[in-house]
Amino acid sequence: MSQTSKNEVLLEARKLTRRFGGLVANQDIDVTLERGMIHVLLGPNGAGKSTCINMLSGDLPPSEGEIRYLGKDITRLSAAQRSQEGIGRSYQRTNIFPQFTVLENVRLAAQSRRQQPWRIFSKAMEQQWALEKARACIEEAGLGRRVDWLSGVLSHGEQRQLEIAMVLATDAQVLLLDEPLAGMGSEESASMVAVLKRLPQTRGILLVEHDMDAVFAVADRITVMVNGQLLECGPPAQIKASVAVQQAYLGTEDSFHV
Amino acid sequence: MNVNASLIVKLIAVAAIACVPISGESFYVELVAKMLLMAIFAMSLDLLVGFTGLVSFGHAAYFGIAAYSVALFTAKFGQMSLWVMLPAAILLSAAAALVIGIFVIRTKGIYFIMVTLAFAQMAYFVFHDTPLGGGSDGVYVDARPTAAIGSWVPFDLDNELHMFYFVLVMMLLVYLFLHRVLQSPFGRVLMGIKSNEHRMQSLGYFTFGYKLAAFTLAGALGGVAGFLYAVLFGFVTPELLSWHESGNVLLMVILGGMGNLAGAVLGAFAFEAMREFFADITKYWQLLMGGVIVALVLFLPGGLTAIPGRIKRALQGGGAK
Repeated sequence: MSQTSKNEVLLEARKLTRRFGGLVANQDIDVTLERGMIHVLLGPNGAGKSTCINMLSGDLPPSEGEIRYLGKDITRLSAAQRSQEGIGRSYQRTNIFPQFTVLENVRLAAQSRRQQPWRIFSKAMEQQWALEKARACIEEAGLGRRVDWLSGVLSHGEQRQLEIAMVLATDAQVLLLDEPLAGMGSEESASMVAVLKRLPQTRGILLVEHDMDAVFAVADRITVMVNGQLLECGPPAQIKASVAVQQAYLGTEDSFHV
Repeated sequence: MNVNASLIVKLIAVAAIACVPISGESFYVELVAKMLLMAIFAMSLDLLVGFTGLVSFGHAAYFGIAAYSVALFTAKFGQMSLWVMLPAAILLSAAAALVIGIFVIRTKGIYFIMVTLAFAQMAYFVFHDTPLGGGSDGVYVDARPTAAIGSWVPFDLDNELHMFYFVLVMMLLVYLFLHRVLQSPFGRVLMGIKSNEHRMQSLGYFTFGYKLAAFTLAGALGGVAGFLYAVLFGFVTPELLSWHESGNVLLMVILGGMGNLAGAVLGAFAFEAMREFFADITKYWQLLMGGVIVALVLFLPGGLTAIPGRIKRALQGGGAK
């Protein structure tokens, strides 16, 4: 890959604002995501984290503000266009194709990089390049033992890993992961955290997460949101020490979803 | 059912159908030919409903447009060559589906159902109420298309047997074609769209184009069925495009089991067989038919093709005790 220098800014959002009628779900949010980093978006329920990630992925158009990917303005691109640029995402609720095998789920994701819809007489299961990439991504997401399983019968944790594999197969440089640890047991969480820690080297990861242990285990940088506004952004130590964060978030009754 | 058993059953079924003309009963030969062309129609709709997740309630439009093209072209130009008329009919249906698709693909769910219905009703009124279509009585096909190439005549569609085997071969070709398409990367994208279109978009697929392609392809294949209908029966009426027909073909797909090509074929055969059977016993046949369909949908939600799996599970369940 040509640009793998660390600290290169991959994704940059400036003054992102989203209004739903009179409700301001996000106001003037700035997010910067660098290569090689895990950046965690933290905040109590209703803080606007999902709205933010939806604007970054193209699922929700921002009311105001600007999003740049590698310097290019992508504010008006659709989700599919952003995926083609190199921004991939996973969803809060598991979002796989349950009737397909693990391999076919990821192969289908890989196929999106070289779409040849007119080749209606070639066989999908003979697309060697896509199969190879799919296998590599499944391995990277820690699902090597499940390649030929029907994805619908996987455990919840494995399905979340499968989602990561699918995003990887699209060559995404930016991974937007919405609560990848939600609903997981401690063992599953641990293996997901291990997967997450391996990912950033050549990519940038923006992560919404509630699990505090996991957040401080993986985060290089944390952005705290409260009531749709940006409260503080900095390395984990700074966030832990911040009085404002403690008052606004950690000290309230809505603290620590463990 | 494993792959081999399923293949053997299908081959036996095809062989049995191929033997129907031995009976020598013209009535049955024509009935089975009709079943075969309705099977093409049902498979073309299944591509949309069962594989792409687009529930079209106006699929009869493409059937009817191709059927009318045979009658109108023949009326204007005299007897047509099969090798011109068949591609022309398919192209007209495909073109109609492409244009209509550009509008309807933008809608989803119940709106998609209503808009496909609305376009089909417009097509119905074009043939029912404008000078083009010849009114509610329909139009006769004055002469069946000829298969002659120069002075060589490989087969003759006026011959009942030739016609029957021509329809059978077309049905097999459409089945094999769709079977192949569904295994292609394109086919997998359609299945992905049916399962979760939003996810496909976030994976970088521009799903509009894929859905439009599927809609056009389904229209073209529906046109194959409509062409065969016009040639087989020698006349066309606006009723071919009516919402009853769109509903019937949807029922065939549901009856057989959605998302299964063999199911669509089976559904078409079962539907036409029931129609004949009930119409024989009573003039209130539609009441009986409706009752049977309600019962089948209630007690056999996976359609007729789900029966082998059910029997297998029942046997295994019994063996476990």
